[in-house]
Amino acid sequence: MKIMRFVTLLLLCLVTTACSIKPWVKPYERQNIADKVMSFERDPVANSYLHHVYDARESARGGDGASGGGCGCN
Amino acid sequence: MFALLLIFFSFQSFAAVLPDERIDLMYHGYDGGGAQIDGPSILIRKNLGSHVSVSGNYYVDMVSSASIDVEATASRYEEERKEQGFTAQYMVDRSTINLGYTHSKENDYEATTYSLGVEQSFFGDLTTLGFGFSFGDDIVGRNNNGVPDPTFKKPMQRHKYSVNASQILTKDLIASISVDSATDECMDLLDTDTCLNNPYRQVRHLGGDLADPERYPHTRTSDAAGVRLMYHLPWRASIRFDARTFADSWGIEANNYELRYIHSYQDDWGFEGEVRVYEQTEANFYSDLFPFENAQNYLARDKELSPFSSITFGLGVTYELPKGLIPYIEKSTVNFYWDHFDIAYDDFRDARQSKSGDFSVGNEPFYELQADVIRLYFSIWY
Repeated sequence: MKIMRFVTLLLLCLVTTACSIKPWVKPYERQNIADKVMSFERDPVANSYLHHVYDARESARGGDGASGGGCGCN
Repeated sequence: MFALLLIFFSFQSFAAVLPDERIDLMYHGYDGGGAQIDGPSILIRKNLGSHVSVSGNYYVDMVSSASIDVEATASRYEEERKEQGFTAQYMVDRSTINLGYTHSKENDYEATTYSLGVEQSFFGDLTTLGFGFSFGDDIVGRNNNGVPDPTFKKPMQRHKYSVNASQILTKDLIASISVDSATDECMDLLDTDTCLNNPYRQVRHLGGDLADPERYPHTRTSDAAGVRLMYHLPWRASIRFDARTFADSWGIEANNYELRYIHSYQDDWGFEGEVRVYEQTEANFYSDLFPFENAQNYLARDKELSPFSSITFGLGVTYELPKGLIPYIEKSTVNFYWDHFDIAYDDFRDARQSKSGDFSVGNEPFYELQADVIRLYFSIWY
């Protein structure tokens, strides 16, 4: 929980100072970022299924951006 | 939390973009270690006006299992798990509020999950921050000879808190981090009772057979932190790196790393290749073979709580169908992904080998598991 408190504080600091930082990658420079090959979660159904398989076969969980749910894996 | 929300919504902004309206029809299959699990998954996502997006997901696991756990104690069984999920996203300016509900049911396990998340983008949309909370309310059951036991119902609650951030670092590089803390807790149980284990699985001890049921602590708390990086290559392709570290209150520590290459060819073909390695230590109450009956307060012989390492290789191909092939459809793709898991257990022996008389108890070879996972799906955007 210490990690969570630290991260929350860090994010709060970022939030309150957001207006003073200018974007260094302009909107017209983002065509590569917007390319379909650059999506972390391109197909949600396929991604969540693979997360489900990992959760069933491994003890580790979370830390992967997935929302998680009860899968009856035990 | 209220103060944070006030800060979020006080920003002047451009309008956020709703997720794509799409339908996905998927067949999924898992085959490994004596278990075959397959079924469909269907997702429909629709926008309501310019600020709200809703989705529904229906998912089925059809299980036919004679895994090593089952073979050591019982005979092959078949069952079905059905899951329904609904999400709603409300977008205002640069903020998104996500609500989710998932219900999963099989004849010996029922799980309900509620989730709430808030996301906000900053710095000209270079940065996105998100906070999430989910609450799960489960009932763990048990079957006797294939029939649910009405006297065996163990309530369990799950809580998960998460913080996510994604960041455009350069015009070719994007990164994200995710930190989670999760707790599972048995509710209203006697000290001698247990709910976080599989109620069918048994431990074994020297001089005895598989006979004593597992017994786990009533709570499990875990923390995980992951980072993902994705880089656009000079040609139409990207390379992605994922890393995650994990630790829980049962003494398990785990790390995994993944490298993925995604290549686009002639705009309508996409190819993917990936390799992922994973390793974990054991729970501090795990043993493949206990010295005697009730040797300690907590007892586990779940191979997922044992020390092991695994490597996964994956390949995928995506084809975008020609526009106009399906009337009224903006875009459609056919996708096929295959992943191969290779798991080597360092302290989980194949107990079937001593039952058959080939080896003495405690001297069986370590168990290994190979599994193939396929995902075949058709997606349309409308």
